[in-house]
Amino acid sequence: MSPVVEPDVTAGTLESQKPLEDVAELIRVNKRYSNGVVALDGFSLTLRRGEVVALLGPNGAGKSTAIKLLMGLSSPSSGTVRVFAADPREASARLRTGVMLQVGKAAEMLRVREEIQLFRGYYPRPMSYADIVKAAGIEGIEERMFGHLSGGQKQRALFALAIAGDPDLIFLDEPTVGLDIEARRGLWAQIRVLAARGKTVLLTTHYLEEADALADRIVVINKGSVVCSGTPAEVKSLGAAASGTIASRTLKLIRCVTMLPESTILAIPGVTGSQLTSGRTTISSTQPESTLRELLALDQTLHSLEVESPGLEDAFLSLTAH
Amino acid sequence: MSTATISLPAETTGETFMRYLRIFTREARYEFLRLLRTRSFSLSVIGFPIIFYLFFGLIMNHGQQIGSMSVAKYMLAGYAVFGMVGAALFGIGVGLASELAAGWLELKRASPMPPMAYLLAKCCSAIAFGIVIVSILTLLGMTIGHVSMTLPEYARMIGLTVAGVLPFACMGMALALFVPFSSAAGIANMIYLPMSFCGGLWVPIMFLPHLLQKFAVLLPTYHLGQLMLASFGYASSGTLLNHWLGLTGFTLLMLGVAAFGFRRLEHNS
Repeated sequence: MSPVVEPDVTAGTLESQKPLEDVAELIRVNKRYSNGVVALDGFSLTLRRGEVVALLGPNGAGKSTAIKLLMGLSSPSSGTVRVFAADPREASARLRTGVMLQVGKAAEMLRVREEIQLFRGYYPRPMSYADIVKAAGIEGIEERMFGHLSGGQKQRALFALAIAGDPDLIFLDEPTVGLDIEARRGLWAQIRVLAARGKTVLLTTHYLEEADALADRIVVINKGSVVCSGTPAEVKSLGAAASGTIASRTLKLIRCVTMLPESTILAIPGVTGSQLTSGRTTISSTQPESTLRELLALDQTLHSLEVESPGLEDAFLSLTAH
Repeated sequence: MSTATISLPAETTGETFMRYLRIFTREARYEFLRLLRTRSFSLSVIGFPIIFYLFFGLIMNHGQQIGSMSVAKYMLAGYAVFGMVGAALFGIGVGLASELAAGWLELKRASPMPPMAYLLAKCCSAIAFGIVIVSILTLLGMTIGHVSMTLPEYARMIGLTVAGVLPFACMGMALALFVPFSSAAGIANMIYLPMSFCGGLWVPIMFLPHLLQKFAVLLPTYHLGQLMLASFGYASSGTLLNHWLGLTGFTLLMLGVAAFGFRRLEHNS
């Protein structure tokens, strides 16, 4: 397999117990775009060998900017970016990384096979073509033009390009956007295979379920700074704590189809929020029993009722709400 | 910490060179294939010079002469240049703009692809298209227009195609970096067509109004057209050195604009 990273001679601290495992790091990085937008604000992140890290945050949180910096596509306004102890803006430093960009599309008029061969050629020790086809699940579409593929097939082809060089560090920016559930699970399985082979994976995602299912570590980011980080379980408990100690124990989500307007719902005792999405209303309440009693009394036609405890999604939402 | 940072098995200089060469040849081959398959590009870029030459150089002319040269041969020089300029301007200008817009370029920039391989491959594809166009036009001229063409003349024509694509490749690059993809083809045409006419590629330069003839000195199409005529043995207006200098100056100007565009792009990303 690929050789292990050289000991990092730049690190001042003595980590004699174990060999260096940091494969990439962002150290106190600020990134301000020329239009004045601050995408990252004192952002630090360390990726260690063999771990799957999920960068979780709302739109515009700075996730894609972090990936761009690590891929050498962009320069930090201040701070340090190191990938395998080198500056990723050097093409040679990218020989061990692979990426799936959120906005990246391949050439429309090239066959999937041709694009993979093109990318394999960039690396000195690429993955074998047959292994790539198998890992990305693109059997049967290899001879199709990229431009003629469906959304899910395109994502799989782009995943194939990300792993073509058999990289040790893989960046996946929103890899499962536009995939159906089956395709998403398929890609998850592939990401787990990569991790099992000792590869480091950094993925950004909107799907909290995805971060929970895949990541060893979740880094929640908002407005360019780290909000919190830890294992999925830690982030969940932090999220619950952040929403208030009393509330965290009793907070429930009530989903139902109701005709009541939002203003009425928000006036019901215990209700902390209400959101209508595709005909269903989701109400969060710290006093679920009294909220329910009131709801049912106010709307005789209310149906499709579900009550559940908040999951990772809500933990995450409460963390990034402020 | 500079040498030991990347612990890939050491590659000798020769191996690195061979790898880069392989990357470049594959890149060039696929770029040519991609352009060929993009019908909106290949049909128009090859088709227009052929149709124009057929009408204006062959059908409309009845054995007239310009100086000691047949009109069919004189016009062959103009439409050959018209064809290669189109291949460069659209292949690189519009091609790069579309790859910038689609994110394909970004994906490649994030890979270890050597940037020079990418740019060279694009230039070589444009040159290949230029050679195809020039050769078809020559064949038409020889068969329909009874143009006599010696092998050295043809070889000089191909040589000029290789050299002539470069200034317009740089112009295409500059264009792609400042014009959004949605309007790239339109703007390229707005530059391409007037520049070809005013440079004397469609109608011999001496038939143009006096003012335009004076203005032509500023156009790279004029200089390349005159060089092409000179390679056929036609005494061009102005010295060869002036034409080469004109093309070189234009190339440097476009490279400067493109470099500025790249910096702007990097700064914004």
